[in-house]
Amino acid sequence: MPSRRPKSRLIRVNYLTRTEGESALHISMRDGQIVDLRLEIFEPPRFFEAFLRGRDSREAPDLTARICGICPVAYQMSTVHAFERLFGVNIDPTVRALRRLYLCGEWIESHTLHIHMLAAPDFMGCDSIITMAEKDRAAVERGLRIKKVGNAIVAALGGRSVHPVGACIGGFTRAPGRAQLAALREQLLRIRDDAVESVRWVAGFDLPQVSRDIEFVALAHPDEYPMNEGRIVSSKGLDAAPEHFEDFFEEQQVPYSNALHCKVKGRGPYFLGPLARVNLNFNRIGSEVAAVARATRISWPNSNPYTSIVARALEVLYSIDEAVRIIEGYDPPGAPAASFELRAGFGCAITEAPRGSLYHAFETDERGLIRSARIVPPTSQNQARIEADLRELAPDLVHQPHVAATRMCEMAIRNYDPCISCSTHFLRLEIERL
Amino acid sequence: MKPRVAVFKFASCDGCQLQFLNAEDELLKLATEVDFVHFPEARTRSLAGPYDIAFVEGSITTPDDARRIVQVREASHYLVTIGACATAGGIQALRNWADIEQYRRLVYPSPEFVSALSTSTPVSEHVRVDFEIWGCPVDKGQLLGVVRSWLSHAKPVLPAFSVCMECKRRGNVCVVVARGEPCLGPVTRTGCGALCPSFNRGCYGCFGPADDQNLKSFTGLLAAQGVTGEDAARRLRGINGYVRQWRETGDAIAAAKK
Repeated sequence: MPSRRPKSRLIRVNYLTRTEGESALHISMRDGQIVDLRLEIFEPPRFFEAFLRGRDSREAPDLTARICGICPVAYQMSTVHAFERLFGVNIDPTVRALRRLYLCGEWIESHTLHIHMLAAPDFMGCDSIITMAEKDRAAVERGLRIKKVGNAIVAALGGRSVHPVGACIGGFTRAPGRAQLAALREQLLRIRDDAVESVRWVAGFDLPQVSRDIEFVALAHPDEYPMNEGRIVSSKGLDAAPEHFEDFFEEQQVPYSNALHCKVKGRGPYFLGPLARVNLNFNRIGSEVAAVARATRISWPNSNPYTSIVARALEVLYSIDEAVRIIEGYDPPGAPAASFELRAGFGCAITEAPRGSLYHAFETDERGLIRSARIVPPTSQNQARIEADLRELAPDLVHQPHVAATRMCEMAIRNYDPCISCSTHFLRLEIERL
Repeated sequence: MKPRVAVFKFASCDGCQLQFLNAEDELLKLATEVDFVHFPEARTRSLAGPYDIAFVEGSITTPDDARRIVQVREASHYLVTIGACATAGGIQALRNWADIEQYRRLVYPSPEFVSALSTSTPVSEHVRVDFEIWGCPVDKGQLLGVVRSWLSHAKPVLPAFSVCMECKRRGNVCVVVARGEPCLGPVTRTGCGALCPSFNRGCYGCFGPADDQNLKSFTGLLAAQGVTGEDAARRLRGINGYVRQWRETGDAIAAAKK
């Protein structure tokens, strides 16, 4: 009997769902070998780096926030830190702690959105959080409770959770009162058990067991888990100051994507985000979070991209603990923002957005107007690494029916929690049988 | 059968549709009342129209999207734009003052791969819109309120008076009077809860023009604060800068200086 197994095949997903933004996947294979694989980002370009030219640097945190509705805080943080370096602004230690609190809020909100609303339905055999609620209402409600507190932190410091208004070069326009933060602390303590349970829940998912040769990249700071400051380090020995980002990483354009691909110069794709941060900073995540991590029976660090969802849940727990610590040590600052003089110059900064390191660089003229802007978001940096994972997955796809193959590809992509609006941003699947 | 709801995305940041998912207390109840049959960010399965109500986020910036919005309109009984991008063109409408070829070259090494229109335009320039929700982002309460009205067969109504009124109502100290901060509050519609003045800073207009705005008086106020020329024009040319009244006033100020 002749074999009915297809020799060549096209897998095409025309619109990747439960990811942020618009993208498609195209894979064509012949005899189990990949002929062509493209992660196509067709989210329309919005040209932020172009229209930022000529704008006042003080407007920039409000403008770059608009790149992403899910992680506006990270954009504001990279922007303000870049300009503070440019203008030579020294930040009050309390303001520094408040910014960490602000980012904790965004990590909690963004990670929980991903875990419960975008990724978990894959493992529960559901198509959305709404149908998942029929299967496991307790898990859904737990996610909603955690997410709400993350949003409340951002709103306490910035007025609202999407495009908050409180951050500025120098600090905040208003510092929160003690009572306001004390109320947040109560809310945080109430969701801590939920966050521990959520780590257990995702670690119990049927995560594919793979090990890949991956270069993990994240910030590292001597005293703390990295958020707004640190050196760029990697699992393959990279160790550089943020101002040398452009010496070690390069962006390339590919014809099928509106996001630029990034590589470590002379090496290749790299991996940013929660798993990279946990892998490179496990000794700074705190003994209580580390104990919860070890109880999952997943080894840390590890090279399995599917454990990203567990790393994300661990960072939610870390953010809750860190937020409580910051609030308990809080004394309102004398002035919420440091003053500064506008001047011409160059400044850059990297902060850890929920999805990984986010690089911003600006040049200004003597009036503080922006002469050039460069923004390298985590998803565009992860794009080449996502394609590398899909290439490794491809041999397993050959014998799968289209629906299963699509699901496997989408799961592999969701490990990166891609944010397409950021990168410009993500997925339709096409597997072509030639 | 539950009403069929669709959520569409064009050029945008996702922040407005995110407000549905940020409705932590309301989402599961809402899902018992409507069926999100097309909502790619939240749901894998996507059903074809017709849709009873469609929420459109994002502005029209590519030839494909200009075609797609027409299909969305044809498939939707009631079309609601959500946010500054869909309603006014958004921050990416700043390209409308620039040379798109230059923009392409600035951002992409091989600009020929990138397909983009020379303008970013609101949905209403392409198809009939039944209701507009302003804001960058839309306010969650306003968004859910519109759904609630629509479910009750009532005409949705959102306040269109200025942020100034909201500030007075809240007892905020005026940032213009007390601190000399330029503030778009007098010409911007309420909806945010007068957030920026509550945070000791001037409003930057993310909810678009108020019905009762007096732009002539406002530009006089800016001038009295020493904000003129390009600086004044830039303040209007922001997130809702492509809205006709703000565009014309901004252009007039910029031209007067020359």
